Amino acid sequence: MKFVNKGVRKKDSIALVTGKPVYTDDVTQGCNLVVKLLRSPHSHAIINEINTEKAKKVPGIECILTYEDVPKSRFTTAGQTYPEPSPYDRLILDKRLRCVGDPVAIVAGLDEKSVDKALGLIKVKYEVLEALLDYRTAIDNKIIVHPEDDFKTLCDVGADNKRNICSSDAMEVGDVEKDFKNCAHIIEETYTTKANNQSMMETFRTQTSIDTYGRLTVITSTQVPFHVRRILSNALQIPKSKIRVIKPRIGGGFGAKQTIVSEIFPAIVTWKTGKPAKMVYSRKESFTNGSPRHEAEMKIRLGADENGIIKAIHMFSLWNAGAYGDHGPTTVGLSGHKAMTIYNAASYKFENEVVYSNTMGAGAFRGYGATQGFFALESAVNELAAKLNMDPTVLRMNNMLTQKNVGKIMPTYYNEELKSCTLDKCMLKAKEMINWDEKFPSKDIGNDKVRSVGCAVAMQGSGISSCDVGAVEIRLNDEGFYTLLIGATDMGTGCDTILAQIAADCLDTDYDNIVVHGVDTDLSPYDTGSYASSTTYITGMAVVKTCEVLRDKILSEGARLLGCKPEDAEFDGKQVVCAGTGKTISLAEIGYASYVGTNAYLTATRSHFSPTSPPPFMAGLVEIELDKLTGKIDIIDYVGVVDCGTVINPNLARIQAEGGIVQGMGMTLYEDVKYDENGRMLNDSFMQYKIPSRMDVGKIRVDFESSYEPTGPFGAKSIGELVINTPAPAIANAVYNATNINMRSLPITGEKILTKMINNGQN
Amino acid sequence: MQIKLWINDKEYIDDVLPDTLLLDFLRSKGQLSVKRGCETSNCGLCTVILESKPILSCSFLAVRANGLHVTTMEGLQEEAAEFGNFLADEGAEQCGFCSPGFIMNVLSMVKELNNPTEDEIKKYLEGNLCRCTGYMGQLRAVRKFLLLKNNREVSHEVC
Ligand code: FES
Ligand code: FES
Repeated sequence: MKFVNKGVRKKDSIALVTGKPVYTDDVTQGCNLVVKLLRSPHSHAIINEINTEKAKKVPGIECILTYEDVPKSRFTTAGQTYPEPSPYDRLILDKRLRCVGDPVAIVAGLDEKSVDKALGLIKVKYEVLEALLDYRTAIDNKIIVHPEDDFKTLCDVGADNKRNICSSDAMEVGDVEKDFKNCAHIIEETYTTKANNQSMMETFRTQTSIDTYGRLTVITSTQVPFHVRRILSNALQIPKSKIRVIKPRIGGGFGAKQTIVSEIFPAIVTWKTGKPAKMVYSRKESFTNGSPRHEAEMKIRLGADENGIIKAIHMFSLWNAGAYGDHGPTTVGLSGHKAMTIYNAASYKFENEVVYSNTMGAGAFRGYGATQGFFALESAVNELAAKLNMDPTVLRMNNMLTQKNVGKIMPTYYNEELKSCTLDKCMLKAKEMINWDEKFPSKDIGNDKVRSVGCAVAMQGSGISSCDVGAVEIRLNDEGFYTLLIGATDMGTGCDTILAQIAADCLDTDYDNIVVHGVDTDLSPYDTGSYASSTTYITGMAVVKTCEVLRDKILSEGARLLGCKPEDAEFDGKQVVCAGTGKTISLAEIGYASYVGTNAYLTATRSHFSPTSPPPFMAGLVEIELDKLTGKIDIIDYVGVVDCGTVINPNLARIQAEGGIVQGMGMTLYEDVKYDENGRMLNDSFMQYKIPSRMDVGKIRVDFESSYEPTGPFGAKSIGELVINTPAPAIANAVYNATNINMRSLPITGEKILTKMINNGQN
Repeated sequence: MQIKLWINDKEYIDDVLPDTLLLDFLRSKGQLSVKRGCETSNCGLCTVILESKPILSCSFLAVRANGLHVTTMEGLQEEAAEFGNFLADEGAEQCGFCSPGFIMNVLSMVKELNNPTEDEIKKYLEGNLCRCTGYMGQLRAVRKFLLLKNNREVSHEVC
C-alpha cells in the first residue's frame, strides 16, 4: 500500500488555504434574484389573510409567493433514501405555522434592500393559537401540531399525527423483567440532552437557474445532492429529469446539510420566473430554522450482578421532533440500537417515541441520536461503577465488546456479526496515555480546585446496512491518467482524497495520476450522499470493485493491442506485458489507443452497498479541573483512542477525531438551544450560542488501535460520527469523580454544578 | 458617498451606501476569499488587514476604509500558501471555510509577536472559530511554521 494509510494532503488543499473562490456563494457571483423569507413571529398560528399588493409594488421586486401559489403535496426535507422513513408533513408554504420562523411568504427581488423593504410591507392577519412547547406533554395534548388529513408516512414508523406522534417503536431481546429480578444492583435514572446547532461555518445557501435545455440547475451546499434532486421534484412537482444538482466545496455540514433547507425557495422562484436566484441563510436563520440535534429525554434501567456483570438494559427514549419530523424516526433508533449494543447483556429492551411540538424542526447532527443515547447509557454505567465502588474502566472491560467478542452475533444490532473490534486495546491505551490509574478518581490540588478524570466508550456504524448505495466510475484517459467520478459528497472530511488514495493503490498508480470530480447529478454516478459515516466504507468499496473491473479491461485491451491472450498478459499499473513475447505496451499508449478508431474506450463503474454496518469503536478519557467555589470546569486533557479498522489517511482521521471531540465538548458544557415562553429561540447568534473556541478545549490527544474489517476497503471502517459520542458522558463522569454529583442533564454548566453542590451542603 | 481606497495596492474609487459593510464591499470587488461566518464579530472568518492591523470586515463600514489600504488573501497568495502548506500537512484545512480568516490572522501574528508561547498563540487567535478541526491541528501547523521561520531567521543571523 503506497497511499492507503498515509497522511497525504487533501486534493483541494491549496485552493482552500489560498482562499480560492470554490464555495457556493463564490461560484455563483453575478446577477441573481435575492431570495428571502417572511417568517412567522408566532410558534403556532393560522394565516387568515395575507396581502402582498403593496410589497409587490416595491421597485426591484420580481416575485412574491404565498401558500396559495405553491404545490399542495406534502413532502419531507430529510435527505434519506426513498422511501424516506421521515413523515411527509411539510408544504413549501403552509397556511398553518408550526414554529417561530416558519416561512410565511417567499420574496425575490433584484437586491437586498428592496427585498427587505417588501418583507416589511406584507400584511398578514394571523390567528394565533396556543402553542405546545413542552414536548414531554405532547402525546394526546389538546393542541395538535399536525392535524392535517394529508399527513402521510411512506414507511410504517408508528406515526399518529392526531396524537402528536411522529414515530414510535419497541423491541425486546430476552426477558428484561425476569433478568432484573436477579440483579444485585439496579440503576434507574432519567437523562436529558438539549437541541444543539451544528454551527458549520458556512450557513445554508443555494443558487438556482434555468439552463439552455430549460432545466433547473441547482448549485447548493449539501451533503446529499441526489436526495436534493428527488426532494425538489417532490416539493415543486416537477419531473426529476428536469433537475440538475451541483455541489461545490462545502463549508461544513455535520448533518445539517443532510436536510434540504435553503434549496426549495430559490428553486421555486427560478421555476416561476425563469430567472437565476440565490438564497443565503443568515447565521440567525441557520440557528432559528436550521435542523438541530433532537432534544431528548432517556430513561435507563441498568441491572448487574454482585460482580458488576451487566445482565439487563432497558432504555426508553423520548425525542422532540419539533414542528417537523425530519430524521425523527431514524435518529431515535440509534440512541438504543447503538448505545445498548456495546454492552454484553442477557436481555435488552428499547422503546422510543418521537413527538411533535411547536419548537423548530430538528434533523441530523453528527452521531445521529447515538450521541444522546451514549450520554444516557454511559452515564448510567458510570453510576453503576460508583455504586459498586469499582473503577469505571474496569467495569467496562468486563462488560463491553472486545476482541474476544469477534464472531458474536449482536442481537440489538439487527443480528449483525461483529467482525472486528479492538475496543479493549483502545481502552488500555487511553488509560496509559492519560495515566488513569494514578489520577482516578480525583486529587484536590488546593485553592478550591479538584483535578479528576472520567471515562466513556462508544461505537457507531459504517453506513446504513442493506440500504444506502455508493457508486463510482473510473475512466482511463489518453496519456494514461484516470478520472474518478464519485457521487459522494466531500464536505471537508476529505473523501475526494481518501477515495483517490484507495483508487491509486488498487490501480498501482500515483495518487496524482487520479483526477477526482465532485458531485453533479447529471454526470456523477448515484450515491446516497455523505452521511451515516458511510463514505470511506461504502463508496470506498465501490472504488475497490470498480478498479478491479477496470484493471481487467486494461489488461484485455493491452493484450489485444500486443496480440496476445489476456491470460498470458500482466498489468502492473504502468504497462501491460506479454509473458510469451516479452512485448510491452505502456498505460499511456493504451490510453491514447483507446481514443482512436476501433479501440475500446476504457471505463468502469460499480456500485456497492453493505449488508452489515460494522461499528467503529472509541474510548474517551478526560481530565478536568473543577473549581469548587464556582463550579467552573476546565478541560485539561482529552484522550481519544479509536478503532476505525484500517486508517486510510491518519492525518484526516486525526482531525476528524479532534474536531468531533471538540463538538462533543461544546454539547456537554454550553451548547443549548433555548426558547422563551413564546417559543422564540433566545440565543440565536454566536454572541449567545457559544461553540468552543481554542481557549476552551485544553489538550486533545488522539491515537488509533487499528483492526481489520473484512467487509471494508483495505479493512477500513468509519470515523466521522463516532468521535462526538464520548465527551458528554466522560466529562459528566469526571464531574462526579470530583464532586460526587451526578449531572444527568446537558449542558453541564458551572451554575448547575454549584447549585447541586450547595443543595448537597458541599459548598 | 464616494470613497477611495486601495485593495491589495490597487486603487478603487467607488460610490457606496453609508451602511455598506467592508466585507460586502470587498466581495463585490471579487475578493471572494473574504468569508462571512456570523454577522456579529464572533467568528473571525471575515478577517482582512487594514493598513497593518487585522480587522473584522463584517463589523467595519466600507466608508471607514476611505483613504486606507486593505489587504485580503488575494494580495497575500504566497504567504498564504507558505503557511497553508503547514496547515494542509496536518489536514487542518478541513472544510477550509475558516482558513482564509484564520491564515490572515496567523500572518499578522507572525509579524506582531516575537517567539510567542503556546498560550500567546492561542490568545492571539482566540477570535478565529473553527467548527471542523478542533483547533489542535491548526496549533500544530502554527508551531511548525514558527519553528521554520525562527530557524530561518537564526540561520540568516549566522551568515
Ligand atoms: S463574519 Fe465577521 S466575525 Fe464572523
Ligand atoms: S475547517 Fe471548517 S470551519 Fe475550520
